[in-house]
Amino acid sequence: MARRLLTGIGIPILALFSALLLGSFVILSTGGGWDKVLTAYGAVVYGAFLKPRGFSETLLAMTPLILTGLAVALAFKAGLFNIGGEGQFLIGSLCSVWIGYHLTGLPGIVLVPLGLIAGMLGGAFWAAIAGYLKSRLGSHEVINTIMLNYIAFNLGDFLVNSRGPMNDPTSSVPRSPMIALSAHLPRLNPGSPSDRLHAGVIIALLATAVIWWLLYKTTLGFELRTTGANPDAARYAGMNARRNLVLAMALSGSLAGLAGAVEVQGLNFNVPAAVQSFSAGYGFDAIAVALLGHNHPFGVVPGAFLFGAMRTGADLLQLRTGVSRYVISIIQALVLLFAAAPAIVRWIYRIRAERRVEEAPLTRGWGA
Amino acid sequence: MTLALEARGITKKFPGVLANDHVDFALEKGEIHAMLGQNGAGKTTLMNILYGLYQPDEGHILVHGEEVRFHSPLDAIMNGIGMVHQHFMLIPVFTVAENIMLGKEVKSARGMLLDRQRAEEEVRALSQQYGFSLDPTALVKDLPVGTQQRVEIVKALYRQADILILDEPTAVLTPQEAEELFVIMRSLAAQGKSIIFITHKLKEVLAVADRISVMRSGQMVGTTTPKEATEAGLAEMMVRRKVILKVDKKPATPGEEIMRAEDLQVLDDRRHPVVNGASFFVRAGEILGIAGVQGNGQTELVEALTGLRPIAGGHILLLGHDVGRVRPRQITEAGVAHIPEDRHKHGLVLSYPVADNLVLCTYYLPPFARGPVMEEAAIRENAEALIKKFDIQTPSPFTPTGSLSGGNQQKLIVAREFSRPVKVLIASQPTRGIDVGSIEFVHQQIVQRRDEGCGVLLVSSELDEIMSLSDRIAVMYKGRILETLPAAEATRERLGLLMAGVKEETATKEEVHGA
Amino acid sequence: MLDTIVGLLASTVIAATPLALGAYCGIFCERSGVVNIGIEGMMLTAACISQIVAQYSGDLRLALLTGILTGGILAFIHAVISIRFKAEQIISGTVINILAVGLTGHLYQRYLAFSASPPQSPGTFPKVPIPLLQDIPILGPIFFQHQPIVYAMLILTFLTHFILFYTPWGLRTRAVGEHPRAADTVGINVYRVRYINVTLAGLIAGLAGCWFTLEWVGTFNLQMTSGKGFIALAAMIFGKWSPFGSFAAAVIFGFANALQINFQLNMPNIPYQFLTMAPYLLTMIVLAGVIGRAIPPAADGQPYEKG
Repeated sequence: MARRLLTGIGIPILALFSALLLGSFVILSTGGGWDKVLTAYGAVVYGAFLKPRGFSETLLAMTPLILTGLAVALAFKAGLFNIGGEGQFLIGSLCSVWIGYHLTGLPGIVLVPLGLIAGMLGGAFWAAIAGYLKSRLGSHEVINTIMLNYIAFNLGDFLVNSRGPMNDPTSSVPRSPMIALSAHLPRLNPGSPSDRLHAGVIIALLATAVIWWLLYKTTLGFELRTTGANPDAARYAGMNARRNLVLAMALSGSLAGLAGAVEVQGLNFNVPAAVQSFSAGYGFDAIAVALLGHNHPFGVVPGAFLFGAMRTGADLLQLRTGVSRYVISIIQALVLLFAAAPAIVRWIYRIRAERRVEEAPLTRGWGA
Repeated sequence: MTLALEARGITKKFPGVLANDHVDFALEKGEIHAMLGQNGAGKTTLMNILYGLYQPDEGHILVHGEEVRFHSPLDAIMNGIGMVHQHFMLIPVFTVAENIMLGKEVKSARGMLLDRQRAEEEVRALSQQYGFSLDPTALVKDLPVGTQQRVEIVKALYRQADILILDEPTAVLTPQEAEELFVIMRSLAAQGKSIIFITHKLKEVLAVADRISVMRSGQMVGTTTPKEATEAGLAEMMVRRKVILKVDKKPATPGEEIMRAEDLQVLDDRRHPVVNGASFFVRAGEILGIAGVQGNGQTELVEALTGLRPIAGGHILLLGHDVGRVRPRQITEAGVAHIPEDRHKHGLVLSYPVADNLVLCTYYLPPFARGPVMEEAAIRENAEALIKKFDIQTPSPFTPTGSLSGGNQQKLIVAREFSRPVKVLIASQPTRGIDVGSIEFVHQQIVQRRDEGCGVLLVSSELDEIMSLSDRIAVMYKGRILETLPAAEATRERLGLLMAGVKEETATKEEVHGA
Repeated sequence: MLDTIVGLLASTVIAATPLALGAYCGIFCERSGVVNIGIEGMMLTAACISQIVAQYSGDLRLALLTGILTGGILAFIHAVISIRFKAEQIISGTVINILAVGLTGHLYQRYLAFSASPPQSPGTFPKVPIPLLQDIPILGPIFFQHQPIVYAMLILTFLTHFILFYTPWGLRTRAVGEHPRAADTVGINVYRVRYINVTLAGLIAGLAGCWFTLEWVGTFNLQMTSGKGFIALAAMIFGKWSPFGSFAAAVIFGFANALQINFQLNMPNIPYQFLTMAPYLLTMIVLAGVIGRAIPPAADGQPYEKG
């Protein structure tokens, strides 16, 4: 148990440490010494936590990462690789924005949840396409979700860009109309107008608890996990593998769609025509967040917090050291690398692998 | 006496297992040397070492009297050793010639290009030399199993192998095909090739081998000749304690018919018909054994009966209801228990704790679930009770199932399947790859179910298991039930003929639809 | 009218170039059993670095060489992660893609952005019309009046087919992608074959990346590959992992692209986005088995464990 805990927490920490170390070489390559590295990382920490409203901004950045990270983690648990978070995020935000500027007459208590639900349904539908294609025709969800991302980008571009059906002709920048004020998620610190933190963070944390409960405490979760761990055994046990596959994809997509809706109703209040940068990186960062958290709902939260902090602190890093904020992307890629391939971390630090039961060395090539 | 190949003091450890323990082995030139042993005795490990796939921890290998050291199969090939693996090492989408020349390609004059034509000629010439015909341009995936095996043999000969290792070559063959293989083996030996023939079938050993070596739990037990050896003696060497060929059981008291298949048709994954008009029935309180060489449709038959595979035609009747097109869960709920052929593929989720695997089929029913919510206390209590009742050796109900031994994993499946009301038991290869103690336990449990009035369908490729457990024996050949006999009339010889598809006209038949 | 069509087809061949090259990269990887969704990142990084070298050295050939090598290096990293460390290959490819965004962003700001006051870009490779062939009516302007990387793509189409199906190396590559264990038992070093194929494939992706900067635009823009690496992957699947098939797919996708640019310029009222979508939709349709089944190499994406 202690050992499992050690690899559960130790490997991600070593992964982060290694990524920061490699990242510091990138910073060093721009000239200057280790003091510059310290200044740079110090700026990230200051920008993400200590600066006025820095912590709020970190939580703000964490919110969509939790939801998309949960989306990836849930799909992984069910044996599916949802690489299409960005597309589902975008479709979700489009659905939410549509509700938000069409049904302006409704009171907030109805409109806010309606927008969120619309986002979830949109994301669920978009992901379920890939799930359905896999369950019926066996085509791989990785390729299909990537393809659906680009279809979503083009669809969003068409809808929101000038002359599009969801374009706001009164705006100088091409974007959708603003949603009604009553569709806005409440701010958590209304006293300070510059503190943008909104109720989305509570929604994300609630979603974490719900997904944990769903996966580990319900029969549906048992079915999804069984389908993910051994689809043949799931069929043997009488579970409807095809239905579960579509359902898992839909649930996963609904989380990514919810992220899009929360981003619209809590922060942006419209969808810009630059759709690709609006959903930028949520799909891929989510994979890193999920892997960093071992695909466990409670692991996703610290992972998202870390990535949110890095996103938030990146600007100050650029401001204070002149090193581009993209260094943070490099570090994030390295974190993903080390989290995805613990063998590398073990190799660097000479940690012996624990014997995993699934990989008992005697199952193949011996004895038969 | 010239030794073609010699192994001295070979030792190989795997985590937790001593696979080879100071094994000595000598192969004479031009002999067929049978290597006998149960699953897990260490035969395949030894062969993989001789073929350079594994490196031994200790010991030496000598080829034609000279010490060699193999770092990879390439070294073994260079020393004239060829191996025909149990699972063929052929690439289905390549032609015969491409498969044979792979790694030692026939190149055109400038050495840049493949010379397919010359390769095809060489393959033709080689197969003619040893008296069998191969079409070098055929795709391997289109060839029958027996022919694929010949491609493997030619592949070794093409590499100028003079020592051939055949790993369980008859496992996938009918007795007739096996007979043809033996002819090829003798012809190869006559032309000076030395052959190691791995098997666990005693009859074959006595029929074809010049010498016989027996391995047991990683050690070489001894070497003998067919003249000195008897089946019983060899069997005793393999298992140490006297083999129990008979299972203690009372005569059956069959009741009503509870399961029936009529003219059943099932397709395999490649959509070829593999069950082709199979008909049989099972009565309460009896064991119907389905004998047959592996790959005659048994796997697909069982999958169809349990709802895991759609049927293409015919009917399955369960307690009088047609269940040919219902979901696996409905079949389970109707009282069918299923011990699957491949426990790792179908039967268990290895990463799950034992307790979860014990409710794998009933997790959604009270008391294990209340509505959509799982009841952890009930699941734990169930596990504790079953672990005790079925003597499953596990540190706790929460141990990952994958860390249990094969025998205990099988007991877990038996416990789970018998923990609910069962009217029909479908057991497919129920004792494959488990220890003798667990085999006895599983056999006792099956007989006990029968005595309690359950109808049992037993599918096994182990003829001994079929003969010692069954009350009636149906022989499956090419997707049909060729004949069904009362156990008392089923002799080894008769079953052997039937398994090869030969039906005696004079034999007394029990008509399938008769009872 | 004919001129318009020929012009459209010529720009189709140009638009198909990065897609086809990316697809050939994918073919070499996947035929040897390694999935590569990092093509996008390899192309982007190669585009960026080749442009930096072009601007700072003024030597387009040196830039081309560096760009190609960049692709090879990234592919080698992908190979080490997925072969040596047996990480999930799709994740390793994702790492390459994220890394490329960060790396190119960083390098862009440091060397190419206005604030870095970089040297002037030497522009793009000139067109090299092929003597005699360029004068063939219709075919001449479509195929033989292009810049060098377009020709390289056309040659690589044949070369890839030739290597895969007519050489011992190709036979071994396909064997390793279909049944690595079988290849191992006849003495083929599975890891070596995979390392070499993936790294060589990366060189092709690097060449594709160079096309964006050295041949198409002459400058580097952030994210300028804009998903073409993924369309290349789609072309590979659409072409069923064969060079000629992938070429045909790349041409179809390139045509959609050429048409879309044409629409944007000449018919602004028709939403071009649906044409841009077409390659992705077509790929999903092909994967769904509507137009024949697309079956990948049997061992595609599976790490090989010896013994």
